[in-house]
Amino acid sequence: MKLNLKIWRQGGRYKGEFVTYTLDNVNEHMSFLEMLDVLNESLIGKKEEPVAFEHDCREGICGTCSLVIDGRAHGPMQGTTTCQVHMRHYKDGETIVIEPFRAKAFPVIKDLVVDRSAFDRIIQSGGYVSVNTGQAQDANSIPIEKEQASHAFDAAACIGCGACVAACPNASAMLFTSAKISHLALLPQGQVERQRRVISMIARMDAEGFGQCSNVKACEAECPKEISVENIARMNREYLSAVLTSDIA
Amino acid sequence: MALSGIFLMLFLIVHLIGNLQLLNDDGGESFNAYAHFMTHNPLIKIVSYLLYASILLHAIQGLLLWQHNKASRGTVRYAVNHVRSSEVSSRNMAWLGIVILVFLILHMYQYWFQMHWGNVPFIEYNSLDHPVKDLYALVGASYQNLGYVLFYVICMGVVSYHLWHGFWSSFQSLGLNHRKYTPLIKGVGIAYSVGVPVLFAVIPVWMYIK
Repeated sequence: MKLNLKIWRQGGRYKGEFVTYTLDNVNEHMSFLEMLDVLNESLIGKKEEPVAFEHDCREGICGTCSLVIDGRAHGPMQGTTTCQVHMRHYKDGETIVIEPFRAKAFPVIKDLVVDRSAFDRIIQSGGYVSVNTGQAQDANSIPIEKEQASHAFDAAACIGCGACVAACPNASAMLFTSAKISHLALLPQGQVERQRRVISMIARMDAEGFGQCSNVKACEAECPKEISVENIARMNREYLSAVLTSDIA
Repeated sequence: MALSGIFLMLFLIVHLIGNLQLLNDDGGESFNAYAHFMTHNPLIKIVSYLLYASILLHAIQGLLLWQHNKASRGTVRYAVNHVRSSEVSSRNMAWLGIVILVFLILHMYQYWFQMHWGNVPFIEYNSLDHPVKDLYALVGASYQNLGYVLFYVICMGVVSYHLWHGFWSSFQSLGLNHRKYTPLIKGVGIAYSVGVPVLFAVIPVWMYIK
């Protein structure tokens, strides 16, 4: 099939503008990223600058791929990363608009690549647990209620891709941060730093320039791992209780 | 936002119960007696100052939040916006709020200001040992204007939409989320956000028809 691609180009000779490319012979079995690979091959063949975009595992689990495709983070499908979108979802002759994630805290590096290191700094500020050195404890020696473990696992499914920020009209990172906080707050291993974690991760999140949550829930709708906004409520609860009861300044 | 919002939602219920007395067919006796009580009781006075402060806090905080969130989005906007993944009300709380603020200014000038500093004539009732200001007549006169009735009804629609998102949202922001109780909160929120503005809107429509 034939596709028209309207792609955001920024960096080099592009000041930040949409450039339209026409791509013939797109195979419906190609993944979206393979389609972009084909485009780049043809651009390189024409001695043009290829389109920069991020990708790594291409299995939907690493959180490296991004893109806002026709206004939706990670494309048109529910609970799917861009790398898992296939061209069979598109029709011949269609125009696809491809943009980078947009948020003040995610500056564009080049074309469709944005700097998501703000997420790394949020994790560094509190997304860890204290573990005794020496021999690893037997996993079964710490009893965890099944439901509790499931909720923690659901939160831990967050791959930190940043689609929540991209989809949020406030560019808020609260779904991401709350998933990380919930994941550890629900498990016995996360109790040691529980209060310090929520206070410092939220402080870091605000310092990075993300917006505040106004409960629009676009994040939940666009999250490739379908992380629930229940986690945001849990984070708010954790934060309130930590601020009121701990002596952390 | 959540705490002031919840206080304002509680106020709306009290305000509604009081104002439904406008529908009583007693020449305004019960409503005027109620209005006299509300303007003379010291406890109500304290709560009313808390209310004015909450309205201002809610509005100022909301506008600051709106500005902060817009700035967080960055300078370049998306060329294509997919809006179906969220509710219209949730994305437009600031605009709905601004309309409500304008409505409130007019609303307070028309009744609250007139009641306190305007020339509202007194009326005597046999059941009361003192004359009271006839706010009922003032309200009744304003609702003879079809334009004002329509404006009031439309504004109640805006209030309803604001509450449609605001009710559940305030609980979520305070972290009051529970697998057992959240469906109840959402259900009550829908009933509240539709029921309260509809009952408020019934008052001018009823008084216009009467």
